[in-house]
Amino acid sequence: MQISPEHPPGFPVLRRYFDAELETLRSHLILMGETAIQQVRDALRALVEGNIHLAEQVRAADDRLDELEVKIDDEGVRFMSLRSPVASDLRLVIVGMKTGHDLERVGDEATSIAKRAIKLAAEPPLKPYIDIPRMANIALEMLRDALDCLLQGDEAKAIAVCKRDAEVDDLNRQLYRELTSYMVEKPDTISRAIELMFISKSLERIADHATNVAEETIFLMRGKDVRHTVEVKKTPPPAA
Amino acid sequence: MSAAESITTRRPTTRPPIEASPAAGGPSGRAEGLPPEVTFDIRELSVFYGASPALHNVTLQIHAHEVTAVIGPSGCGKSTFIRTLNRMHELTPGARHTGSIRLRGRDLYAPDVDPTIVRRQVGMVFQKSNPFPTLSIAENVLVGLRLNGVRDRDLLRQRLEESLRMAALWDEVKDILGRPGISLSGGQQQRLCIARALAVRPEVLLMDEPCSALDPLATARIEELINSLRASYTLVIVTHNMQQAARVSDRTAFFYLGRLVEYDATRTIFMNPANPQTEAYVSGRFG
Repeated sequence: MQISPEHPPGFPVLRRYFDAELETLRSHLILMGETAIQQVRDALRALVEGNIHLAEQVRAADDRLDELEVKIDDEGVRFMSLRSPVASDLRLVIVGMKTGHDLERVGDEATSIAKRAIKLAAEPPLKPYIDIPRMANIALEMLRDALDCLLQGDEAKAIAVCKRDAEVDDLNRQLYRELTSYMVEKPDTISRAIELMFISKSLERIADHATNVAEETIFLMRGKDVRHTVEVKKTPPPAA
Repeated sequence: MSAAESITTRRPTTRPPIEASPAAGGPSGRAEGLPPEVTFDIRELSVFYGASPALHNVTLQIHAHEVTAVIGPSGCGKSTFIRTLNRMHELTPGARHTGSIRLRGRDLYAPDVDPTIVRRQVGMVFQKSNPFPTLSIAENVLVGLRLNGVRDRDLLRQRLEESLRMAALWDEVKDILGRPGISLSGGQQQRLCIARALAVRPEVLLMDEPCSALDPLATARIEELINSLRASYTLVIVTHNMQQAARVSDRTAFFYLGRLVEYDATRTIFMNPANPQTEAYVSGRFG
């Protein structure tokens, strides 16, 4: 992760004895990000394939993300208490803790999808799974990009992630409308449609968490909070 | 501090603020909506000890009723810088400077300016507390006034209590004013020195690592004091303690190798400095 700015030639810069602690925090974030992405992928696969065994695995694996979140928080609090970080060190610790929370919530959404996949596997599919995998792909791409920018310090890519959130919001609204009409026309689809609505909402939330990580990356790089600003404002959905 | 005193005249009794030039804007600069009043306007200041340059081309403004922290590694010119603010560097043989320092609009180094008046109006507290060993607590506080010819007992008594109260020391020493100044603890001695500096009613207080020899509790009391003095004085503090600079100051100047690298709001310096050298220094990556 390139956090520290470059220094002019001849300017003496030390590697500090506690830099290893920041490296550990960073490596836990990477592990957490990879785990969260895999959890979402597996939950979606369990849904599409009706694979109850895989869905159960996703539910069981959520504990790992919870543990990592607690570990990152503990490392962050410890670092702030003992090392008195300032500037980019302080931002890294704050962003690390916030990102850890976002990734834990991504894991919760994956677990929620897995639970609903188990329920849906017991019934015939309401409709072919097209929009939900599409949403999932966008949300996962956003999450992957957000984590990449966090690790590589790519501001431009982070802004692009924020702006993509609108795509997922739009798909979520579209799916809601479609599922509502299913429920109106065929009341026996209500329970399955509601499960799918919740899954759609989970994917929309995952995209929101990816957006949060991207915004946190910009704060880390720039020291400026860009949340709710025009710079990262979601592109309005295209007119229907 | 209502009457005016010029830095060109010796007035041995009380110390009202120096007369500001019309261009300085005057103390009304603190009013809401107006830019902060400038106490020191320093332009292209370079200082030399013999042939060796200690400061290069420093330009910055120090604002009234603010605490300005000066940070940087040893030998970067911090102490030289604050010593130029009350002309103390001139006491070093071979010292000379170029550039200008204006104190509320008046050139501090104009030929008609008396350095002793400057030093009365720009007081200084040093790293190591230095009460006069043979003088009592009360005599230590009042020594500046007495040296300036003040004999009025009521005024001296009033100024003694006022200065010790401002230095947050009155309650601890009011019953032992006749004891030697050096009988106090290190932290109390430092506050005694601050009271001594305040007794002549300076406009500015310079502090050169005032807490470096103190324990955490005494340090906390000095920091409380700095915070309370902000309302009445302009303070400039040199410190090696980054957390202290972050806690007590409004603006921070980072010096390196005699140059001013960055000067900005303390919040910016410690949260998001513009210069990578500043970032490296405040985060301890400097070696």
